[in-house]
Amino acid sequence: MDMPVGTEERAAASAPSRRASPVASSSLSIAIAGSGGSGVMTAGMLLLEAAAKAGLYGLMVRTSGPQIRGGEAAALVRLAHRPVAALGDAFDLLVAVDWQNVHRFADEIPLCENSVIVGDAGEGDTPDVFRASGARVVPLPLKKIAKSIPGSWINMVALGLAGALSGLSAAVLEAALRQSWKRDDAGLAANLEALRAGIAAASQVDAFPTLGAAKPARGTRWLLSGNEAAGYGALCGGVRFVAAYPITPATELLEWMAPALAKVGGTLVQAEDELASVNMIIGASYGGVPSLTATAGPGLALMTEGIGLAVASETPIVVVDVMRGGPSTGIPAKSEQSDLSFAVSGLHGDAPHLVVAPTSIGDCLATTQWAVHLAEALQAPALVLSDQFMGQSRAIVDEPAQSTWVARRLTATANVPDYKRYRDTESGISPMAIPGTPGVVYTADGLEHTEGGIPSSQARDHARQLDKRLRKLVLHDYGEMWADREGSGERAIITFGSAASPVREALRRLRERGTHVRLIALRLLAPLSQERFDEALAGVSQVLVAEQNHGAQLYRYLRAMIDLPGKPRSFHRPGPLPLRPGELADAILAWSTR
Amino acid sequence: MNDVAPCAPRTAQTYKSAYKPIWCPGCGDYSVLSSVTKALAMLDLPPEDVVVVSGIGCSSRIPAYTNCYGFHGVHGRSLAAATGLKVARPDLTVLVAGGDGDGYSIGGNHFLHACRRNVDLTYIVMDNHVYGMTKGQPSPTTEPDWDSKLSPGGTKLRVFHPLVVALASGANFIARAFSGDPNGTADILAQAIRHPGFSFVEILSPCVTFRPEQREWKTQVRPAPVEPTTDASRAARRLMTDDGFNIGVLYAGDRPVCPLAPAEPRSRVEDLEAEFAL
Amino acid sequence: MNAAMQAAGTTIEYEPPRNLAEFMSLALAMESEAAQRYAELADAMEMANNVEVAELFRRMANIETGHARAVMAQMHWREYVPRGSPFSEGPETPGEDAVHYLMQPYHALELALACEERAERFYADLAAAVEDAEVREAARGLEAEEREHVALVRAWLARAEKPAENWADDPDPPRYVD
Ligand SMILES: Cc1ncc(C[n+]2csc(CCOP(=O)(O)OP(=O)(O)O)c2C)c(N)n1
Ligand code: SF4
Repeated sequence: MDMPVGTEERAAASAPSRRASPVASSSLSIAIAGSGGSGVMTAGMLLLEAAAKAGLYGLMVRTSGPQIRGGEAAALVRLAHRPVAALGDAFDLLVAVDWQNVHRFADEIPLCENSVIVGDAGEGDTPDVFRASGARVVPLPLKKIAKSIPGSWINMVALGLAGALSGLSAAVLEAALRQSWKRDDAGLAANLEALRAGIAAASQVDAFPTLGAAKPARGTRWLLSGNEAAGYGALCGGVRFVAAYPITPATELLEWMAPALAKVGGTLVQAEDELASVNMIIGASYGGVPSLTATAGPGLALMTEGIGLAVASETPIVVVDVMRGGPSTGIPAKSEQSDLSFAVSGLHGDAPHLVVAPTSIGDCLATTQWAVHLAEALQAPALVLSDQFMGQSRAIVDEPAQSTWVARRLTATANVPDYKRYRDTESGISPMAIPGTPGVVYTADGLEHTEGGIPSSQARDHARQLDKRLRKLVLHDYGEMWADREGSGERAIITFGSAASPVREALRRLRERGTHVRLIALRLLAPLSQERFDEALAGVSQVLVAEQNHGAQLYRYLRAMIDLPGKPRSFHRPGPLPLRPGELADAILAWSTR
Repeated sequence: MNDVAPCAPRTAQTYKSAYKPIWCPGCGDYSVLSSVTKALAMLDLPPEDVVVVSGIGCSSRIPAYTNCYGFHGVHGRSLAAATGLKVARPDLTVLVAGGDGDGYSIGGNHFLHACRRNVDLTYIVMDNHVYGMTKGQPSPTTEPDWDSKLSPGGTKLRVFHPLVVALASGANFIARAFSGDPNGTADILAQAIRHPGFSFVEILSPCVTFRPEQREWKTQVRPAPVEPTTDASRAARRLMTDDGFNIGVLYAGDRPVCPLAPAEPRSRVEDLEAEFAL
Repeated sequence: MNAAMQAAGTTIEYEPPRNLAEFMSLALAMESEAAQRYAELADAMEMANNVEVAELFRRMANIETGHARAVMAQMHWREYVPRGSPFSEGPETPGEDAVHYLMQPYHALELALACEERAERFYADLAAAVEDAEVREAARGLEAEEREHVALVRAWLARAEKPAENWADDPDPPRYVD
């Protein structure tokens, strides 16, 4: 559900009651919730897959309680006619297969008076926190329906119900179920029946705003998570070695890569800790194999010494940080953009390195691939700041354009005379000898060194190598990839990472109402360049910086590094709740009319 | 031993670089360096196919003194870097070298897991029972009553027994050598490099600056009174009763070597798209 | 090492040579090892800025190298490719740990003298023990050469300044490196 732009009071007062006159919405938000074992995640996934088959776009976010098994869980699905990469402002439909602790998701499943709650009357009363929204409650005997079909699951009843209310045909819903089931057995038959029963039950929810029929899909679409996209991007870039220590929410990225690497001729090592993983990839990359690790904040903290080693020894590595709520163990399965300060400035010494961030779930592919390219081309560590929202959400996206970013490292040829690994070249990039190449052996070193790689504490060598390592990053031509830029206007909003998606959506809504604000979604967070900002901000008089953390980290970073026009302002708030387009639209409107 | 290389013969000198060690005159590490180069000459390996990986410490300076590829990483992490390198490039001969502080203290966890992973590496610890580079603090192998500024009166802690730990953790080859016996050490190193899996060679290497009394080691060491065994339980008994001065190969096992290695590509990267496409 | 022999006054063990070629390759290993060690010690002393002792060790390295060359010339050997060593540590090789960064030429000469004496004794013992006449003769020859060295080093030592009591004092503590 998209709230109209403006204050909440206005929205409440002027929005036509959808119950009275259902209108075809362009986006529909559906939450399917229940306690463990009820299969709500599977239902959500199948809903998304069926929608994809019907030509819709959409995404699904998972949320669950802290329990390993049996905990309450909710699949948060948003379907739309055009690509969506953020959750909506409120949910149109909440289907609860039971109410066990589902009230804990009240903040994550905002409802309003136009929302519909379908709950099982036999499972107790709808919790007050949901009722308070003014949403309409439609009790349906979901459990009884499932019980009446031996061998069926209640989540399939919920799927049929939610699917039918979304306007999806029985055919696409059944196709999605068949495809996931794989075997043609009694279980499939029972669940198909449950699905149909759910579809039939939908008729008891009257006046629900279904999505209009989708236009037939043009071109191929993909369904994937940000973590999978990042893993695939890494392979496309040429990564063939991964070492990592499991951590939420990066684990799926690694689990996706393990079999994929085996297929394309690479290796994954489960390391004993993050100190090992970063050093393992440094070793592998020193051996000439493009290498990557993935982790979250706590692991990144352990890796920093190793990342500094990669800077000093000029060894290309890619470190994907799937950010989660911090500090410390923080909120492991929730998103926050709070590792930014650490990522850009957490290394000891003067340690120039690359920091990039994908600007959407689908962009995790291109950005990670670009990171591999940059790391290899510039012989430096590249940090990729993904986050739990992008990493763990699945989205339907248009097939990404083939990008040409691949690992291309400048290497030394055998027996070149007077080879010096760290030669102070004009570009700052010097050929790297790969072990096995005769006549150019050298020792890579984390100690400051001479051009030849011998430890040195001479002022001249230090100054020269510091300059070299900075120069190679600064001189590089990053092209258009440094930021996604959209729109025009005298005002600009600067953001990064997963915040970019709700910001983009907010700006689109504002544009439809005649308010034009420029968007600069940064993909390259380090190094920054004044010239690129000057060019992107030409004609801009005011800047708003939007991000999801408590400390306004991007705002402070930009103010420290870049001369921004006017009086830059900040919109920031921490996780775990995702940034919503409506709140951003309100904030931007308030700022732009000031 | 006397097999002659076909063309330009490689001698220990082939594996020595032009850089002069910064070690104190008298340090046992000089001999270790010479044993390493002798062992490589015995095996006649092309220097460009050998990588010496190390951490931080006096002993960890060794890579640049060889004429092989070298990686001088950060304190305690050499085994991790070497594991990554060897798994990604199984064609290379990878030696890992460092001190007792580097390997048993800050890098202790990696030591356990390197043994247990049993990747085909040769790990050389130059054990001087002290942190040399940081001016003489006790390491895990320092005697409990050794007095120092940082631990006055001694640590009063039981010493770490790296060989027992290595055996228990899964190392496939365990030997003790003495820097004062450079040719014997070279021989042990050559066996260690040849042996499949994780080979661990602990070399008693005196620190003449902070532990001058270690000059006496040469009167204390003795050849191990036993032949190498492939039987882990015999080796365990042997190592548990060992006083730290028995020199020789103490265990040469046939534990399965780490199977991690780059797979033969079975598909193109683009083929993986199939799972995302709708 | 079954038929191991022990050189007098040392703990050196080696296989006894059975013919001239075996004996000469033993001698060659011994001389070139000593040469290499002296060169190493010279480098170490140079690094420690002890120039005088470095020079002395360098000179010893050259003497031993000359010795090794002579052995090769006598046998018409064109190159020396050591594959392992017959010794644990050769009798003429100064111990790696027998040095100190502040040591004085006097100490270095004492060290060299001890090594030359050991070498002389080694050849003498070997000559007394072997049965092969050719080997015995060669061993006697080398013994005589070592005796000359002993005399030479003794003479140098007589001229060298005796170190003061506190030669090893250093008011500064060792340097912390990395
Ligand atoms: C993370 C980190 N902590 C501490 C140090 C300081 N440091 C350098 S070498 C060393 C100990 C070296 O001892 P050992 O490994 O026994 O080697 P040795 O110098 O005796 O050969 C320490 C503590 C460091 N370089 N890095
Ligand atoms: S301090 Fe000790 S370990 Fe370090 S170089 Fe000197 S003698 Fe060797």
